[in-house]
Amino acid sequence: MKVIYIEKAQWASGLEKAGDSFRLWGPVRRGQFYAFEELAGGQVPALDFRNTRLSAKGLVYPQSEKMFEYTLDPGQPDHDLLKEAQKDYSPRAVLGIRPCDADAFELVARNFDTPEYQDPYWLRAREAVTLVGLACAAPCSTCFCTSAGSGPFSTKGLDILLVDSGGNFLAQVATPKGEAFAQAAGWRQPADDAAAAEIDRQRQVAEARIDSHVATERLRQQDTLTLHAAPFWDDVAFACINCGTCTYLCPTCWCFDIQDETHGRQGVRLRNWDSCMFPLFTLHGSGHNPRGQKVQRVRQRFMHKLKYYVDKYENGIQCVGCGRCVRHCPVNIDIRKVCELMNSYTLAGDSCAVVS
Amino acid sequence: MRAYTEKIREIARRLLEACTVERVLGFRRGSVPMMNAPCFVKTPAEAANLVWDSNCGINLANYLTSRSEKIGIFAKGCDSRNIVTHIIENKIRREQLVIIGVPCHGMIDRHRIAAMADGEIREVVEDENNIIVQGDGFKKVHNRHDVLQANCAVCTHRNPVIYDELVADLVEEPGDVDRYRDVREIEALSAEGKWDFFDDLLHDCIRCYACRNACPLCYCPTCFVDESRPQWVGKSQDPVDVRTFHFLRAYHCAGRCTDCGACERACPVGINMRVFTKKLEKDCLEKFGWEAGLSLEARPPLDAYRPDDPDDFIR
Repeated sequence: MKVIYIEKAQWASGLEKAGDSFRLWGPVRRGQFYAFEELAGGQVPALDFRNTRLSAKGLVYPQSEKMFEYTLDPGQPDHDLLKEAQKDYSPRAVLGIRPCDADAFELVARNFDTPEYQDPYWLRAREAVTLVGLACAAPCSTCFCTSAGSGPFSTKGLDILLVDSGGNFLAQVATPKGEAFAQAAGWRQPADDAAAAEIDRQRQVAEARIDSHVATERLRQQDTLTLHAAPFWDDVAFACINCGTCTYLCPTCWCFDIQDETHGRQGVRLRNWDSCMFPLFTLHGSGHNPRGQKVQRVRQRFMHKLKYYVDKYENGIQCVGCGRCVRHCPVNIDIRKVCELMNSYTLAGDSCAVVS
Repeated sequence: MRAYTEKIREIARRLLEACTVERVLGFRRGSVPMMNAPCFVKTPAEAANLVWDSNCGINLANYLTSRSEKIGIFAKGCDSRNIVTHIIENKIRREQLVIIGVPCHGMIDRHRIAAMADGEIREVVEDENNIIVQGDGFKKVHNRHDVLQANCAVCTHRNPVIYDELVADLVEEPGDVDRYRDVREIEALSAEGKWDFFDDLLHDCIRCYACRNACPLCYCPTCFVDESRPQWVGKSQDPVDVRTFHFLRAYHCAGRCTDCGACERACPVGINMRVFTKKLEKDCLEKFGWEAGLSLEARPPLDAYRPDDPDDFIR
């Protein structure tokens, strides 16, 4: 993979140049946490963060997104027509995204971009975005990316991976999009062989610092209904308050809800993030709710991420190990522990199970 | 706190061994620093999992709603006031509960402590006066009074108001606390100033409803924001809908909120939505002389008519 040097002295000026042809997003400190925001001209992203509170998924898949709009005003030439909402898909770059969050775009593509269905909104936005990642030299204690198919120096989903090397960034240019961004920024100083070795050295150090490991190897062979009926779900779900923190902070939760909103003679069709933690998520028009109880919703979240997805896509778990849900769950429901329960579960070992 | 933990385990074990209760509601140690998790203990042996320290900020009354078992519950001052409110509102019966009062020294603000640290926090330990925070390459010692949750710093009901036994002697209630300085500051703003303040306050809200769901008062079978037939509130990030949720939820808590701080503590994006409920709490105190959850005998001001209620606002 091609590696270039970016002197830190040329970081801000390069971004300013790239800003002529790209809209730029990056982490910005907001009170007690960091969030991805569009950078004003001359503004540089804050790169001293561990990770942003919300993942970058909203930059491609906004929490609320207008799909269609209409007007019933007969004075308008296009009245009474449902029209696709116009959106800005001009080139943009996300700076400082962590490798786990970039990998999440590859993961959710399995849902938004299938042989059968292609989600036009997600695909256009994904195509428009160049991901310039920042390697994690100091992963958190809640990070388990290496157990989830990603890693602190993974380039999956990334166009460029920046590795901090003191006075320079060593930039791995992974794709033609990354090449184009580096060109636009005027970063073209090729690095020597030592750079690749330095990146590899840092990668090994970072991976060794990850002390949170989650076993997933038995999930695929587990019997779905046996897991579904396992006795541990009541305990797992007890403390859960059924909020949407885990699903909304998650870079890989992709579920949405479509809503029509009317304002006088105008209207829009929106899609909003939805959460399997909410009772309304599965409420039928009949009034019946197949997941009317908290424990059913909690089970669904973990079964989807750690069993149904595993079986359907045969590509690991639906999780990149970013640890946000672990850090921010208000009642400390820890996916690593639940994964362990699911992975290690055996009927035989469950001598106290009451068969009803 | 170690003494509290030992006493709590002893009481839980005793209650379960004697079958005085079927379940004990308390906290177990969490998997990340400054995070204990509510848990239901079912056997005397499991009582050894219970802990108590300054990270028990979740309001356990939230877990009592409509339960049918006989339950032992550990209750700080605020939890006990919400238990009273639950009993008054017929969400649980007093006879179902063995309330073990926990005189409270205040819970610590995990969000603020994390934001003040020079890196990721790996361990937090505490002694009587200090909170010792450690991570890779740093160690910080905070005086516990400097890092209390905002609601705990102005709490005037640290002792449980209703209990069957106590884990320790009652603590001294702080004397001169100015509970409503923040509310008065907002009241003093111009209309535009208030608008900007609320706009900024709610800017980061992602409508995860952690505030609502952590709140023991929010037990409606279907919350107004979740009603779909008819649908009262839009579901997008439109600021009108975001504000509608927060304002209406606060009004539903009028005369009931104990300022336990569970909402603010649960919020993943650091919103202090307590300013809304505190304004209503202040109004209830000033207009009706009412503080929620202090007595099983008195009806809350907003569910009782009294001829001498103030009615100046009608004229």
